[in-house]
Amino acid sequence: MSIEQILGLLTGIAFGFLLQKGRVLRFEKQVGAMLLKDMTIFKFMLSAILVGMVGIHILAGAEIISLSHKAMNLGAVLVGGALFGCGWAVMGYCPGTSIGAVGEGRWHAVFAVAGMVVGAALYAELYPFFKSTILAWKDFGKIGMAEVLGVSPWLIIPVFWAVVICIFVWFERRKL
Amino acid sequence: MKLKTKDGGWSPYLAGALVGVLAVVSVYATTQLMGKSNFLGASTTFVRAAGLLEQTVFPERVAANEYFTKEKVRVDWQFMFVIGIFFGALIASLSDKSFKLESVPPTWRERFGPSIGKRAAGAFFGGIVAMVGARMADGCPSGHGLSGMMQLSLSAFVALALFFGTGVVVAALFYRRKSS
Repeated sequence: MSIEQILGLLTGIAFGFLLQKGRVLRFEKQVGAMLLKDMTIFKFMLSAILVGMVGIHILAGAEIISLSHKAMNLGAVLVGGALFGCGWAVMGYCPGTSIGAVGEGRWHAVFAVAGMVVGAALYAELYPFFKSTILAWKDFGKIGMAEVLGVSPWLIIPVFWAVVICIFVWFERRKL
Repeated sequence: MKLKTKDGGWSPYLAGALVGVLAVVSVYATTQLMGKSNFLGASTTFVRAAGLLEQTVFPERVAANEYFTKEKVRVDWQFMFVIGIFFGALIASLSDKSFKLESVPPTWRERFGPSIGKRAAGAFFGGIVAMVGARMADGCPSGHGLSGMMQLSLSAFVALALFFGTGVVVAALFYRRKSS
């Protein structure tokens, strides 16, 4: 294995370990969030975002790493995002958690993994069609909120933290 | 705040914060060792896996496909990362005895009964739709939800709102119990 592959494997093992310990690999937790009954996956995800956001922007500000925004292609994000939501609700897993769910014995997730491999092959077949239709509507490019709002990310980050902490307090009060 | 949950897991706040640390360390490590900042993500790996499988039967078809060529069919950093998730979850679940063979989850069973076939069909067809969507949006809850949000990407905010917003509506309709 190359250094790249070993690094990927080790990072994945750590990520899978934390996903499992946080109990977010479960169908019950994923669908529970969508049924607005159990917000465990949001507590987990938003905590990761709060911590990661600070570290990433420190490293990017010092030019040690470079940011890599995904394009804000209107049709792609709107239609793709909605399709993903439909599939996610029925499948009960997202791509990363499906593999982890198999790892903790929830073997019905192998059907989700198989479906997603077929879905990826299907997308590859349909790509030329999407490229000339949905993907061609309007592309705002690879932009961040800081550029959109015209302010420093260090103004957005404290506001983001404050909003998320309020959400956490609300989750705990409502016992979600 | 409790560090352990009732089911023996870790507080989702703690486990999540550690994922935040991991994400930062990982971006730093990939930049240093591979010369390129790699952010956590999962769904492109399904394209590469599909390409690798399809290659064994129709190699010309994969070679001629524009999307496979764009995403490069190979076992890269993210491919190994996704394989690692399986082993990490296996180790963690064996370490606290939460590993459990499950064929039909409780919420599904309540609504659709104990049939494994129905659950398999739901997971499979849901998977197809979700992956077409994730590839179109160029990311899933890892790539957009975690990595995109950490970077304050505009697309991540919009994508995550749609993932969840649509999910809430579809879940409410799909898992609603028939009024008896």
